[in-house]
Order: sequence, then structure tokens, then C-alpha cells
Amino acid sequence: MSATLPQLDDLVACPQCDTLHRAQSLPDGARAHCQRCGIVLMTSQPAAIAQVLSLALTAFVMMIAAVSFPFLTLDAGGLHNATSVIDAVLAFNDGYAFPLAIAVAFFIVVIPLMRLTALIYALGPLVREQSPRNGARTAFAFAERLRPWSMAEIFIVGVTVALIKVAGLAVVTIGPAFWAFAGVVVITVLKDQLICRYSIWEALDTTKH
Amino acid sequence: MGSAGHDQALISARDAGLVACQRCGQVHAVQTAICDRCEGTLRSRDTQSLQKVWAWLIAGMIAYIPANLYPMLLTSTLVERSESTIIGGAVELAEHGAWGIATIVFVASVVIPMGKFMAIIYLAISVQRKSRENRHGRHKAYEAVEFIGRWSMIDVFVVAILSALVQLDTIATINPGIAAVSFALSVIFTMLSAQSFDSRLIWDADRTPQ
Repeated sequence: MSATLPQLDDLVACPQCDTLHRAQSLPDGARAHCQRCGIVLMTSQPAAIAQVLSLALTAFVMMIAAVSFPFLTLDAGGLHNATSVIDAVLAFNDGYAFPLAIAVAFFIVVIPLMRLTALIYALGPLVREQSPRNGARTAFAFAERLRPWSMAEIFIVGVTVALIKVAGLAVVTIGPAFWAFAGVVVITVLKDQLICRYSIWEALDTTKH
Repeated sequence: MGSAGHDQALISARDAGLVACQRCGQVHAVQTAICDRCEGTLRSRDTQSLQKVWAWLIAGMIAYIPANLYPMLLTSTLVERSESTIIGGAVELAEHGAWGIATIVFVASVVIPMGKFMAIIYLAISVQRKSRENRHGRHKAYEAVEFIGRWSMIDVFVVAILSALVQLDTIATINPGIAAVSFALSVIFTMLSAQSFDSRLIWDADRTPQ
């Protein structure tokens, strides 16, 4: 049977249903879908890697701003309380909820930063047309594996819900970190939309050059 | 639309005597253990997939029970101390007229977790029965569970922000309740359950058994 098959490198299998396809070069801007289950197999955006890298760098800088500046300030009855993203994490730091503080810190700050670092590390040399760094493949695989656990966008929706809950009770002022965090969310969504795993893996594959 | 070519009859990598990498799509001879493109571990099918799915799912369902019984938020003001559960919090919001937000909280912390439990049970049972029905629908359900599951975490983040923000010594303080921990665990366990599901099994029912 394998005699009738083309070269293994010309084949691509759908990661979600295992259906074999023949890989072809796509016209710019096109998407290839799995013929069986319909998921996107690959997209063709020649500038995507450079765009992903620049968005990742932007998100990284904004994330630093988002954890350093005041996030929200609350005023009620002459009392005042300023909250940073770190304070939100530390809300769980008493007793039994401590593991949750660590989990929340990872979901909203640490994992997003690790993903960005890994992407910048893996894709940096590709944009300068150099050969990939050692460990670039591990770094990219790591970034993709962490994707579902990076929950910054969910956090920002949670913040909105919380704001509406306290709006009647007190005056809430939105700090610069809120906008930086919102920026990180929008940029991350754009960046993840642009990532075509197949093309990036192909670019990271040193054995075929 | 794309142009990934396909053979006249769609065949799976496994039927062709090959093993495909789930990370990068590269195809290898069936005995290969490590993908030479991305260095990922190759497995034609995850034979323990359903076992892991069930284990994580049951853990998630167990953790969901205390999440609903115990208080999520402990509020103390000058005049009173109150505790609210997940459902209680949503009802309170609705009573204040914040219907939109009440709906978001209700959907994120009740509808999504329940829907996810049922969707995963349905996926696992239909694969065990080697069902050939409605494969596109089931694959959509799998993608939806993977995509939407994380959004249940909203409620935990709301509790985090509220308890960090509302710390005005005498007037009002809000602190997290134990339910926040079990709810977070429930979300994490069900996410792991959905990730353990090998979606290729949905499409294997009418393929040649090996």
C-alpha cells in the first residue's frame, strides 16, 4: 500500500481525525481545511511569523506594565483601597486558599509571560532568517501546550463582572494597568489567530534545510 | 477554501501504516517513536484516552458538589455578615436588576460546567460504543468543550478581584470562601479530562480495525 503513497514529507495528517492529506503550497491568504472533520490544517500568510513575533514582544512589554501599575482603586466613605494585579492574586493567600493564589498567579500572569518568552525565543532567529536556536522546537511546543492554561482574557471579563458588582457600593477608578492588561488580551488573541502551527513547525525543522 | 489535496477515498494515517504527529502534522513510518520535525512523542492512538477522560471527569464532578454547597464569597459590612454561594450570587445580581451580568455568571458557573460534564460523558460513551452516528456533531461538541471550558474560571477571578478590592476595614470587606477552591479544581479537572480525549477515536468507528 505504501508504494502508492507520495513521499512522507509531502503528506500531512489532520491532528484531530488522523485523515491523510497531500500537502500543497497554498496561495497567499488561503486556508486549508481537513476534508473530513473540517478543522483548519494550515494557512498561508508569508509575513505571519514576523507579525506573531512583534505582537508577542508588544504583549510582553504591556504585561510588565499591567503588573506594575495600579489596576483598580476603590473609594467609599472616606476609605481608599488601591489594587494591583498582584493584590488580586494574593486575595487567596490566607490558609486553605493558598494553592489557589498560586494557580491564579500562573493563569493570569506567569503562564502568559512564559508563553510569550517561549515564542519570542523560538521565532526570533527565524525573522532574521537565521537558523533556529537550540531548543526552539521545545520552546514552541511548550508555548502551544500552555495555550489553554493562559487565562488573561477570562480574567479581564471577570474584572468587568466584579466592577459591576461593586459599582453601586463604592466609587471605582480604573488605573493604567487595567488598560495595559486589556491591551495584552487583544494582542494575544490577534497573535494566536495568526499562528499556523504547520508553517511554524516547517520553519523550525532544521533537518530539511 | 483551502486546497489540501486528498486521496480519492479519505484514509487515515493509521490505515496507511503510518503514524502522524499531533503537534505538527508530520507523518512517519508506524514504528517511529519521536517525530523528527518537532521532537514530539508519536502515538497512533492514545489507548488510555478514555480511562483518563473518565478519571478526570469524575474528579471534576465530585469537586463541583462542594463548589455549589459552600459559600463562594464572605461579605461583612457594618451591619451584617453574609455568605453567598455560586447560585446565590447570580440571584443577588438579578435582584439588583443586573440581568446581563447575572446571566454571564450563571452561564459561566452553572450552564458551562453542567454542559461540559454531559458533553464529555456523551463523547466518551459514544466512542466506547463505536458509534458511527453524527460524527461531525460530536467533533464540534469536542471542539466546543475544549474552547469554552476555560471560561468557567470567570467566577474564580471575580472572587479574586472582589476580595482584593473590597478591603475597607470597618465598612465592608469581602473574602473568598472555600467554594472558590473547589470550583477552581472542578474547572481544572474537567479541562484535563477534555484534553485527554483523543478526538481521532470519534473518526475511527468505520475505519478498518487493527
